[in-house]
Amino acid sequence: MSRFAEKGAAISGIGQSDIERKPRTPPFELAIRACEQAIADAGLSPADIDGAACWPATPSGATAGVAVASIPDVAASLGLKLNWWSGADMAAQLSPILEAAAAIAAGYATHVLCWRAVGERGSPIPSPEAAPPAVTPAAGVMEFLLPYRSPSAAIWVACHASTHMTRHGITREQLAQIALNQRRNAALNPKAIYRDPITLEDYLGARMIASPLTLLDCDIPCNATTAVVVSRLEAARDLPQRPMVIEAVGAGAYDRMDTWLGRSDYPRMAMHDAAAMLWRRTDFKPKDVDVAHLYDGFSWLTLSWLEALGFCGEGESGAFVEGGRRIALDGELPINTNGGQLSEGRTHGFGHLHEAVLQLRGQAGERQVPKEVKVSAVGVGGGSVGGAVLLRKDA
Amino acid sequence: MGPVATSAAGRLLPAITEMNRHFWCGGEDGRLHILRCGPCGRWIHPYAARCPACRSADIAPQAVSGRGTVAGFTVNHQPWVPGVEVPYVVAIVELEEQPDLRLLSDMPRTPIEAVRIGLPVKVYFEPLGAIWLPLFEAAP
Repeated sequence: MSRFAEKGAAISGIGQSDIERKPRTPPFELAIRACEQAIADAGLSPADIDGAACWPATPSGATAGVAVASIPDVAASLGLKLNWWSGADMAAQLSPILEAAAAIAAGYATHVLCWRAVGERGSPIPSPEAAPPAVTPAAGVMEFLLPYRSPSAAIWVACHASTHMTRHGITREQLAQIALNQRRNAALNPKAIYRDPITLEDYLGARMIASPLTLLDCDIPCNATTAVVVSRLEAARDLPQRPMVIEAVGAGAYDRMDTWLGRSDYPRMAMHDAAAMLWRRTDFKPKDVDVAHLYDGFSWLTLSWLEALGFCGEGESGAFVEGGRRIALDGELPINTNGGQLSEGRTHGFGHLHEAVLQLRGQAGERQVPKEVKVSAVGVGGGSVGGAVLLRKDA
Repeated sequence: MGPVATSAAGRLLPAITEMNRHFWCGGEDGRLHILRCGPCGRWIHPYAARCPACRSADIAPQAVSGRGTVAGFTVNHQPWVPGVEVPYVVAIVELEEQPDLRLLSDMPRTPIEAVRIGLPVKVYFEPLGAIWLPLFEAAP
């Protein structure tokens, strides 16, 4: 399996800002703090960083919204000297990791700083001159969604969920286990936005957003940045943290990716292709995964990732999570051990990656899973994009 | 054709191009138009310059029956769109011509309680400037 170049790259450092539900700090400052933390955690200084990648492509000067902290802006603040950089979208939120591994294999860079910076709650310092956003026509993947009073992914995901859950007899009580399990985990995570316990009755009585998705099935917008350093494995071995090797990556797109609706295997999503590619690049199997960190922009996406990555069969995710024991911290396959985006906050994929590294290192504090963690799976994205990474402890 | 509005009644509309005109404007004749491959007959939506099945470039819009079934749906309760009353249904409709020929549609003419997976539906059009917006309702 040595022909797959990502195995020559490893995560050498991680960092994460505060996760702010109420804006207190300018989102760009949060981004710089996370990046500084990741570089320091790797035992490096900004002068050692020679590559940079973020997702999505972010305009310079962005101070709030879905993406802040462009590569030029971060490079200016940290004084980076870059041989290679990329803000592209090949594998959704995990793109920077896949691209960093490729850049390292190509010899473009040795230490690549990667980040995901969200400022969806706005800046605490509003711009007095901010103009109302222009109305832009529905285009691209949104063209056939936005004309139908459907401006939120909650609606598109809910439609997929209704097909899948009806077809396979998956109940709301089963879906609830994603939110309930994650809230239990969040109680042990001091950074999580929501830590108070919730019961099944709370869940079933929660305000409906778009059936079958309630408020508790939707993630929590926040301001936060998560950063990691991806290093050439040999170089990472000289650094203080144990390297977490990128064992395999997946970014497959084998069906139409210009629409949410046209896949021949609806209600599957691109995540199934990303997962298929991932498993072709490693000798590990789903049963070898100790902990899984699965995207939960909406709870149903986590069920879908469980099936996509082969932790259970098609349509079996409801039974798999039933009662919540199997996916708990001390269960057979703990998932979203930090509380995920449903409870910790919408760190948008990189929070899952950060948590995967903490669990592999044994640094997850009170929420550290009791068993030894050698291999972790991270699956991120929904709809027409998906990306997956398998991490393992360096031997 | 005059300028096309980008937004109407909570509907963010597309810009009309040579790739989508048949779909968004074709309903003026009361029928839904979808691209179809001449040689192999495969329906193609949205636009592609070559047939995904046979690679042919011989692709042209053709009217479909406008009939289909609800493949999935949600009852949306969240007031995302100012001025649009909630709750309302948004459905994914599979056209009868081909299983992967799917369209999203809200269903303002059909009572919420009547919507279920498998419900037969048919197209109708709401004129919005140059656009004839395809929408679906329960078929009799």
